[in-house]
Amino acid sequence: MRLTRRAPLLVAAALALSALGAGCSAGPADPDVLVVYNAQHEDLLKAMTDAFTAQTGIAVETRQGGDSDLANQLVREGADSPADVFVTENSPAMALVDNEGMFAPLEPAVLAAVPPQFTAADKTWAGFAARATALVYNPDRLPEAQLPASLLDLAKPEWKGRFGYAPAGADFQAIVAAVYALVGTERGDAFVRALKDNGTVYASNFAVMQAVDSGQIETGVIYHYYWYKDRAAGGDNSRGTKLHFFGGQDPGAFLSVSGAGVLASSNRSDDARALVEFLTSTAGQQALSASPSLEYSIDSGVAPNPALPPLSELDPPVVPIAELDGPAVVERFREVGIL
Amino acid sequence: MALLCLLPLLYVLGDTVGVGWDRAYALIVRPRVGELLSSTVRLLVGGIVTTAVLGTGLAWLVTRTSLPGRRAWLVALSVPLAVPAFVTSFGWVSLTPRVQSYAGALLVVTLAYFPLVLLPVAAALRGLDPALEETARSLGHGGGSTFLRVVLPQLRPALLGGGLLVGLHLLSEFGALQLLRFPTFTTAIYDQYESSFSGPAASTLATVLLLLCSVLLLGELRLRGLRRYARVGTGATRLLEPVHLGRATGPALLAVTAVVVLALGVPLGSLVRWLVRGAATSVPLEQVGAAALTSLGLGLAAAALTTLLALPVALLAGRYRGPLTSAVEGSTYVANALPGIVVALALVSVALRFVAPLYQTTVLLLAAYAVLYLPRAVVSLRAAVAQAPPGLEEVAHSLGAGSWSTLRRVTLPLLARGLGAGAALVFLGVVTELTATLLLAPLGTETLATRFWTETGQIAYAAAAPYAALMVAVSVPATLLLTRDARRAV
Repeated sequence: MRLTRRAPLLVAAALALSALGAGCSAGPADPDVLVVYNAQHEDLLKAMTDAFTAQTGIAVETRQGGDSDLANQLVREGADSPADVFVTENSPAMALVDNEGMFAPLEPAVLAAVPPQFTAADKTWAGFAARATALVYNPDRLPEAQLPASLLDLAKPEWKGRFGYAPAGADFQAIVAAVYALVGTERGDAFVRALKDNGTVYASNFAVMQAVDSGQIETGVIYHYYWYKDRAAGGDNSRGTKLHFFGGQDPGAFLSVSGAGVLASSNRSDDARALVEFLTSTAGQQALSASPSLEYSIDSGVAPNPALPPLSELDPPVVPIAELDGPAVVERFREVGIL
Repeated sequence: MALLCLLPLLYVLGDTVGVGWDRAYALIVRPRVGELLSSTVRLLVGGIVTTAVLGTGLAWLVTRTSLPGRRAWLVALSVPLAVPAFVTSFGWVSLTPRVQSYAGALLVVTLAYFPLVLLPVAAALRGLDPALEETARSLGHGGGSTFLRVVLPQLRPALLGGGLLVGLHLLSEFGALQLLRFPTFTTAIYDQYESSFSGPAASTLATVLLLLCSVLLLGELRLRGLRRYARVGTGATRLLEPVHLGRATGPALLAVTAVVVLALGVPLGSLVRWLVRGAATSVPLEQVGAAALTSLGLGLAAAALTTLLALPVALLAGRYRGPLTSAVEGSTYVANALPGIVVALALVSVALRFVAPLYQTTVLLLAAYAVLYLPRAVVSLRAAVAQAPPGLEEVAHSLGAGSWSTLRRVTLPLLARGLGAGAALVFLGVVTELTATLLLAPLGTETLATRFWTETGQIAYAAAAPYAALMVAVSVPATLLLTRDARRAV
C-alpha cells in the first residue's frame, strides 16, 4: 500500500525532472541561423552545407524529413514557414511547393551554372544533384546476355513475374514520368498497364535490391546509389547482384535531379540565395562529389565520385524536368490499380 | 480536451468535404479501396483474435499454473513491448521473405502486440475474487466450465481494453506493415502523401479509416456494457491453489519458450547482427547519447502530461456513463487510429493559426504526443477506475472530505497502478514515434527514432543499429513497470 501511494509522487517527480531536461531544447528558432528543410539524404547535404559554412560563416540548421512530408508541411505552413531553403531528393516535391507560388526567382548566377534541362520552367528552383536509373539483377538467375535491351522491354509478356519496382516512391514515379515524356501517352499507358501485369511491387528501392539479392526475383528498377552505397558499406544487401545501366539515351537511362529553391517568405533571403548559389557552384559540386552520398554532380566540369562511372558513359536521354508530370503518373497508377 | 483530440478528425473531414462529393466518391469507390478494406479488416480481426487467444493463454499459464519460473517468464513475455514493431518486422523479413504475406503479417503483428493483452489479463486474473471460482466448483462445475462461465466474463474489461489497444495499433501501424508488404489503409495513406502529394486523396482514405475505428469503438462499447467489476476489500489476496500441470509441464514450457524466441529472439538477433557489423565503423557516441537523452526526456514528459490529461476522461467515462461521456472518451481514441502524418499536418495548421509562437517548440511537440497517445493512458486508467469501488469515495465524502481531498487521498491511490501503466504505455509510444517528431520538434532536436530513420534512409544499417538497440534499452524499464502489477500476482 505504501508503494502504491507513492507511485503518483514518482510520476510527478518524473514530470518535473523531464520538463527540465526537455526545456533545454525548447524555444523558437535562432533568428541568426539559416533554416533548410532537407528531404535529401542527410550525409549529402551536410557535406555541402559544411563547406558553405566554412566559406561564408553562415550557420545552417536543417529539418530532416521525406520529400512528401516536408513539401506538405511547407504548403500547410504557407507564408508563416520558418524555412528559408527547401531541398528535395526528387523534383516532383519541388513542383508541389512551386505550384503554390512559394519560391522566389533564382539568381542569374544559378541559372548560368545549371544546365537548362535541370531547372524549373519558371526558373524558381534548380537541380544540384543527380541520380541515374539502373537495373539491379541477380546473375545467378538472370545471365548478363539475357538482360533487356531497353526499360520498355519489361512490358513484354516474357518478363511477367520476373522484375520488381517501388511505385509508391517519388523515385520510380519520376522514371515513369520520363517514359511518358519520351515515348508519348499511348506507349506510356501501355507500359504502365504492363507494369501492373508483369511486375512485383516493393515498398522501396532498397527492398527491391534486397529481393534481387536474395534471389526472390530476377531483377528490379532502382536508382544507382542504393547499390553503390550498399557496396561501400560491405555489400550485405547487394553481394549477389550486379548493376546494369541501359545507356544509349534509353528511357531507362533517365537521370533524375534533386532540387533546391529559396522560399519567398524567407526573412534571410540574401543568405538563402547564397546557399542555393553555393550548392550549384563548382565548390559546392566538388563537396558533393567528395561526400559519401554517391550521387552525381550536375556540373559537367566536376568529376563525380571516383566509385561511379562517368555521366558521359551513362548517355542519358535529354528530358526537361519541367515536362515531368508526376501527378499524372500517379493518376495512371491509380487507374490500373498499382496504388 | 476532446476538442484537441478531435482537431485532426475535423481536418480530415474538412479536406474530404473540400474535395467535393463526386471526386470523393471516385476516390473512395474504386477497386483499390475495396482491396484495402478487405486486407485491413482481415488483419484487424485476425490480429485481435490471435493476440487475445495467445495473450489470455499465456497470462493463465504464468498466473494460475505450476509452470516453473512463472515470474521470469512473465517478464520475458512482456519485453516484446519494448521492441518497436518495425524492428520485429525487420528481423523477420531479413530472416525469411516468406513473412511478406497475410499469414506472415498476422504472425509478426501477433508477436509484436500480444503483451498488450497479456498484461491487463494477467493483472485481472490476479485481482479476481477466488471465492467466486470456488463457489462455481462447489456447485459442480469442472475446471473448463468454471473458466468459461466465471473467469472469462470477469476478464472482459481487461480483454476488451487489450483488444481495443491492439486494434488501434493495427489501424495506425505503418512501418512494420510496409516492411511486410502488407497494404492497409494506413500504408496506402502514406503512399498517397508520398506519391501525389495530394492531401485530399489521403484524407478520403483516412475518412474510411475513421469509420473503421468508429466501428471498433462502438463494438467495444457495446460489449463492455454497464456492468460493474469493483470489489471492496482488495486486501483479500489469498491465491487460488495453482493448477498443477503435471505431465503438461514440458509442453507448456516448450510453448512459452517458443513464443519468447519468436517474439524476442528474432528481432534482437538481427539487431545484434547489425551491431556487430557496426562495431567496425566508429559509433558517434556523443550524438547517440544526446539522442538517447532527448528520447528519454520527451518520453517522460509526454508520459506525465498525457496521463494527467487522461485522468478526467477516464474518471468521467468510468463514473458517469452516458452518451456524452462516452463520446468524450471515444473522441480521444480517434487520433490513435489515424496515421501520424495526418495528425502532424493537422497540428501544423492549427498551431500556426492559433499559437504561432509555440510552433516547432517542445511544448507543441508534447501536445502532439498527448493527442497521439491519450488513448493508451485512458485504456489503462479506465480499467483501474472500473476496479475502484465508487463506494469508497462516497464514504470519504460522507466523512467530510472535500472533492479535492477525496481525489487526492482516495481516488488517486486507488488508481496508482492504472496511472503507472498508462504512463509506461505512452512512454513506449513516444520513444518510437517518428512522423510528428520530424515535423514538429524544435530545430536540431534529434531522437533515437529520427536518427534511426535518417541512418536507414541513407542505407547505413550498421550506423542505425545503436539507435534501435537504445530504443529497446530505454523501453525496458517502462515495460518492467507495466509488468510489476502482474508480477506481484505470481
